[in-house]
Amino acid sequence: MKKFIARRLAIAVIVMLGASLLSFLLLYLAPGNPAHAILTAQLGHDPSLEEVAFFMAKHDLNNPFLVQCSQWLYMITHVNLGMSFRTGEPVLVEFIDRFPATFELASASMLIAVLIAIPVGILSALKQNSMLDHISRLVSLLGVSMPNFWLGLLLILFFSLKLGWFPCFGYGTLSHLVLPAITLGTGLAAPLMRLMRASMLEVLRQDYIRTARSKGLSEQVVMWKHGFKNALIPVITHMGMQIGHLLAGAVIVETIFAWPGVGKFLVDAIYARDYPVIQGFVLIIALFFVLSNLAVDILYTYLDPRIRYDVENGK
Amino acid sequence: MTLLSIQNLKAHFHTEDGAVRAVNGVDMDIEEGEKLGLIGETGCGKTVLGLAILRLLSENTTVEGRILYKGQDILTMSDHEIRKIRGKEIAMIFQNPLSSMNPVLTVGTQVAEPVELHQHLKKKDAMQRVIEMLKSVKIPLPQERVKEYPHEFSGGMRQRAMIAMGLICMPSLIIADEPTTGLDVTIQAQIIELMKEVLRDSGTSMLLITHDLTVAAELCDHIAVMYPGEIIEYASVRDLFKDPKHPYTRGFLDSLPDRGLKPIAGISPSLIDLPAGCKFHPRCSLATERCRKERPELIKVGIKHYVRCFLYD
Amino acid sequence: MSLYLELKKDKPAMLGIVIIIFFGSIAVFAPYIVPHDPLELNLEERLLSPTVDHPMGTDNLGRDVLSRVIYGTRVSLSMSVAVVTVVMVLGITIGTAAGYFGGLVDDVIMRVVDVLLAFPSIILALVIAGLLGPSLTNVMIALGAIWWVSYSRIVRGSVLSIKEKEFVEAARAMGCSDVYIVRRHILPNVLSPVIVLATLDMGHIILSIAALSFLGLGAQPPVPEWGTMLNEGRPFMETAPHLMIFPGLMIMITVLAFNFLGDGLRDALDPRMKEGAIK
Repeated sequence: MKKFIARRLAIAVIVMLGASLLSFLLLYLAPGNPAHAILTAQLGHDPSLEEVAFFMAKHDLNNPFLVQCSQWLYMITHVNLGMSFRTGEPVLVEFIDRFPATFELASASMLIAVLIAIPVGILSALKQNSMLDHISRLVSLLGVSMPNFWLGLLLILFFSLKLGWFPCFGYGTLSHLVLPAITLGTGLAAPLMRLMRASMLEVLRQDYIRTARSKGLSEQVVMWKHGFKNALIPVITHMGMQIGHLLAGAVIVETIFAWPGVGKFLVDAIYARDYPVIQGFVLIIALFFVLSNLAVDILYTYLDPRIRYDVENGK
Repeated sequence: MTLLSIQNLKAHFHTEDGAVRAVNGVDMDIEEGEKLGLIGETGCGKTVLGLAILRLLSENTTVEGRILYKGQDILTMSDHEIRKIRGKEIAMIFQNPLSSMNPVLTVGTQVAEPVELHQHLKKKDAMQRVIEMLKSVKIPLPQERVKEYPHEFSGGMRQRAMIAMGLICMPSLIIADEPTTGLDVTIQAQIIELMKEVLRDSGTSMLLITHDLTVAAELCDHIAVMYPGEIIEYASVRDLFKDPKHPYTRGFLDSLPDRGLKPIAGISPSLIDLPAGCKFHPRCSLATERCRKERPELIKVGIKHYVRCFLYD
Repeated sequence: MSLYLELKKDKPAMLGIVIIIFFGSIAVFAPYIVPHDPLELNLEERLLSPTVDHPMGTDNLGRDVLSRVIYGTRVSLSMSVAVVTVVMVLGITIGTAAGYFGGLVDDVIMRVVDVLLAFPSIILALVIAGLLGPSLTNVMIALGAIWWVSYSRIVRGSVLSIKEKEFVEAARAMGCSDVYIVRRHILPNVLSPVIVLATLDMGHIILSIAALSFLGLGAQPPVPEWGTMLNEGRPFMETAPHLMIFPGLMIMITVLAFNFLGDGLRDALDPRMKEGAIK
């Protein structure tokens, strides 16, 4: 088991190294001079050549590729993501400042998704081809097909502009959280529901379910003791992998609802060509993604004794 | 005394391609202590028949006829009543123990379930019972192995655990569906030996469903030969081997390795599109006009020897 | 042929096909069916609610929403077809190379894939599109640069399993060239999972293009793209909700059609993956 985790960790480190190179390359190769763009934004007019030169010298943008690249690697290995061009604050501080808001939104959305998707998915599987099943399948398919930002706009239109129940943007109170969390949560719930239903149906077809029935167990025991745990394995895996996508979804939802989180700050940084912020945030998001996938891999071996056995026996 | 009496049993299930007529009017009795072998090729409906006895068929199946267990009709029982039969009175041993056991529950948990349920044993006592049971099916170190998962067992050990699971409540009837299929030949022999032993000790009746006549001959007193959806011959093991009556049974025997490996010409009909008259007539060299039109009845040709063929009419 | 018969039984899939064909023809014949010029400003008819002359109303510059929505079909469908074609070709080529040649080629490709998969795809697309500068072409480049990954993984997996099959060994023993073996024996076998994925991806790509355009990184005004239209209509949504509703509905219906068809194709092409199968 230790060996398995160590190997996974080693792969994660290599991937992160590659990811940091990629995030560096992305910006290095990007067309246009960031100094020019940022100074224009800061000064409100086209900067002079001297101003651009000064800015580039100050931010080490004149150094050759390899020097810049190793500077970047040196920095990130010393937990230093540089300073934001716009705010002058360290990128890491900017991230940490905004993370709680995103975390709040993400956990509320995940909670909504799980509370809707798991029970409805199971019911839908147990009552296959019933009215409930047809409706929930159609709704989940609509949910998968609907642009998330559009749903957010519709929610704003009805629940805040027409009915005035919730504020249409901002951050702070629970009522601010409702609409963004529903928007993001629905986007998660739809595929989760499809997977839960499919997984449960697949499990119910297995031979061991028939064996369980043949012992005289009641349907409840068959479903929960024999079915549910097996059906949950792929669903939990999927949820773990969704953590990264949750951050991605947050980008759009935060932008619509002016939610002061990581995603909105990233989008603003992209508009403003705030290179250190883009680089740093993308890298941290990748780190989250890689770590959550690692966690899923490890969790998986605990959920499924077959995998644990293979892992422990070096298969 | 008759333990189980199946009367004019029909089981059809509905698919997009049409109705699959898997069981078409089967009559069959199993006496107390009797070991009956149900023999037939793959797809002749023998597994469906076995599952129908415990009402384990999927919901799109219609089952007609009567299945009397100790005089009570299983088909008209409430769900609650049938659950009291399952595992306690009639237990099943499935083929392919790997897929028939739950991968995320330990073997001990799964084998213990019937006694916890039907004998209301506490977890600890149930586990004690499981360990005894695993010992009796000759699984070494049972106190360790109860904590393991099915995939940690070898194929033979898994089948032993399945047998233990079936016998743990001391049922009156065991339905064993191809219990030795998929095992290595040496393991197969061990399992057959084990089943002989445990069945002798417990006096349990058995319905053995198999395509392997030699396995049935080893374990059973009587054999019923099934050909798509119906029993076409019923006899004691001795009579069947010495004096097979139905042309299909003869062909089946001739196809055995020690009798010359002669295959029967043609293929089994599909359960969706069964021929009229005698189901075997398209492959039968002795078929007459009557065979094509009329369905033969079971005809008595000896002591406890029946055959469904006009040759003996 | 049997594929068609399978699909014919699948009502949602057939509905998907009908919608796709319908929208496809709208896209092709857009110039002949639009009631108005989608770019024509008419400041006297700003923010009109739906009327007979403007069935979907007009926007803040007095442009006819129906005409813009119709042209939007053209933009969305052609963009996503282009992206899906590019990623399919890229993915199949790269995946086949990785799977067939193995060794160093495979190692290098798979590490690149691992690194790309370390980023949520929409974030990476967002950053690339943002850095290249806002335009539809750049959105396509951004999506194309990252989306091939899933294809190359699927294709590589299938190639690895097919490579070991006897018929490929036999072909190699008979002295067939690598290119021949790949074309004759391997590609036909990886085609069905790729087709299923591509159909479902049409929907995903349409959604991504719309999302990036909505954020202002894709199509730029006055191009009638659905996401851009939603972005433009947003400030007026309280007084003119039709600016919000119609483009969004179009996105949803189009994506839904591809999802219907994709699910149907998956069930028809690979019965093992039928409802309930787990990746």
